[in-house]
Amino acid sequence: MTELTSLTIAEARTKLAAKDISAVELTDAYLSAIEAVNPVINAYVTVTPEKAREMAKASDARIAAGKAGALEGIPLGIKDLFATRDVHTQACSHILDGFKPKYESTVSQNLWDDGAVMLGKLNMDEFAMGSSNESSYYGPVINPWKAEGSNQQLVPGGSSGGSSAAVAAQLCAGATATDTGGSIRQPAAFTGTVGIKPTYGRCSRWGIVAFASSLDQAGPIARDVRDCAILLKSMASVDAKDTTSVDLPVPDYEAAIGQSLKGMKIGIPNEYRVEGMPEEIEKVWQQGMEWLKDAGAEIVNISLPHTKYALPAYYIVAPAEASSNLARYDGVRYGLRVEGKDIVDMYEKTRAAGFGQEVKRRIMIGTYVLSAGYYDAYYLQAQKVRTLIKRDFEIAFANGVDAILTPATPSSAFGIADEDLASDPVKMYLNDIFTVTVNMAGLPGMSVPAGLDHKGLPLGLQLIGKPFEEETLFRTAHVIEQAAGTFSPKKWW
Amino acid sequence: MSVDLATVKRVARLARLAVSEEEAQKMVGELNGMLGFVEQLSEVDVKNVEPMTSVTPMVMRKRADVVNDGDKAADIIANAPATTENFFMVPKVVE
Repeated sequence: MTELTSLTIAEARTKLAAKDISAVELTDAYLSAIEAVNPVINAYVTVTPEKAREMAKASDARIAAGKAGALEGIPLGIKDLFATRDVHTQACSHILDGFKPKYESTVSQNLWDDGAVMLGKLNMDEFAMGSSNESSYYGPVINPWKAEGSNQQLVPGGSSGGSSAAVAAQLCAGATATDTGGSIRQPAAFTGTVGIKPTYGRCSRWGIVAFASSLDQAGPIARDVRDCAILLKSMASVDAKDTTSVDLPVPDYEAAIGQSLKGMKIGIPNEYRVEGMPEEIEKVWQQGMEWLKDAGAEIVNISLPHTKYALPAYYIVAPAEASSNLARYDGVRYGLRVEGKDIVDMYEKTRAAGFGQEVKRRIMIGTYVLSAGYYDAYYLQAQKVRTLIKRDFEIAFANGVDAILTPATPSSAFGIADEDLASDPVKMYLNDIFTVTVNMAGLPGMSVPAGLDHKGLPLGLQLIGKPFEEETLFRTAHVIEQAAGTFSPKKWW
Repeated sequence: MSVDLATVKRVARLARLAVSEEEAQKMVGELNGMLGFVEQLSEVDVKNVEPMTSVTPMVMRKRADVVNDGDKAADIIANAPATTENFFMVPKVVE
């Protein structure tokens, strides 16, 4: 059965359409793999085998009736941030203890409407706050990758660490994920998978547990560029229930794959050469430029002068929005309640018991920067800096640049319970240094594997595009993928 | 700018987070670490720069002002920790 789980979405789609395999067979293969491997890597926080088999059976019936959808019979994992009707939806937080929504997120509904099968809910950093998946109430996820000759457990990145690990370990054909500061692209880079955060507004945010509403976007993590294109096509839509979702036709992203890069201009921002960046990252970046040049693109140096301010501005804007969004968890309407001597005592005890350390830290900083007397100095200043960050990109694009190539992360995957990172939250935040600018400007960004470092761990490159020009990213990322190949971990489990 | 223990306790109160003395002490250091990190933003010249309100230039779509959803009381209270007859139950708030 193992060979069924090694099929890409595109391959499975062909075999399902030709009736070489059935959706039930494919789903059963994944369920067996999850049963065997999930206890070791902890990618799923809940598995839904009955629902999966029922959906797969319905898929087989639709295939037989000639009514197959674009994702008919494809088994997917769903990040725990997406509301799924009557199924565990907790943003991997204790405060949403026992929450099973009576509604479905628009993105997951779009996937089911196209025939996809749900395998279960995927682990993540609590409320998507983290870069290592270690802040989950359900414990860390173990990266399917290990350094050569080492037995050390590594993080799968975060916050979509369950999504990236499940895709890399072949415990789902593809996964949904979300990205507020790098939560799709960094875990994809750490696991040798492909992830795209589309333009802000491309996917509806309705039914996705809110973290920072002006930055949050859903996107897929998958094994290759084509699979990401297939998934994003189904996930994206305009939605009356999210007024920030955009009323633009969803292109056929797959059709962009294989198109020539001739005449394209790729920008290389000098500001992404940061102090202390390993030489290997610089090397893989240079290699990426060579590949794109060989494919006919022109490489040009550009400047994005406000890059270094993106991370500090993010750590004002995101916690401020989070402190507002997370005010709803008060022990009244859903989730955990800890009784107190009066209602305020109940609120305070519930929130103290329900939120983890990292979430509390961000609520505190957000509440502080929004509090009377500090708003102008922090929040307003950060939003002005955000305008400048976006302007940097606009100038580069106005000068003819079609896409920007950068490293995805400043390092490969690091160890679980890294003491250095645990002692200094700001150090952990630096993981998002290359990805966070994209959220601040609302642009599409994609992470694609480009090679392995000296430890045998995957490294990713990031492509940044113009608003709603995801097709350019798919086209360019595919060229990198063709040159670099795809990467799978050794099965040590 | 930096915060002291009293400020941390005041902010925790605003955020409705119960904190122990020990936690509050720890948070002083953590918040000051973060505030130190974001301090560099003050060096950016933002004269005549508008604060960002939306990343994509768009006019917000408005829906018709009509009832298009509802009659779901049972669904709405389905996940509440304490309910009675389609009401959320909370500790007494008015004497």
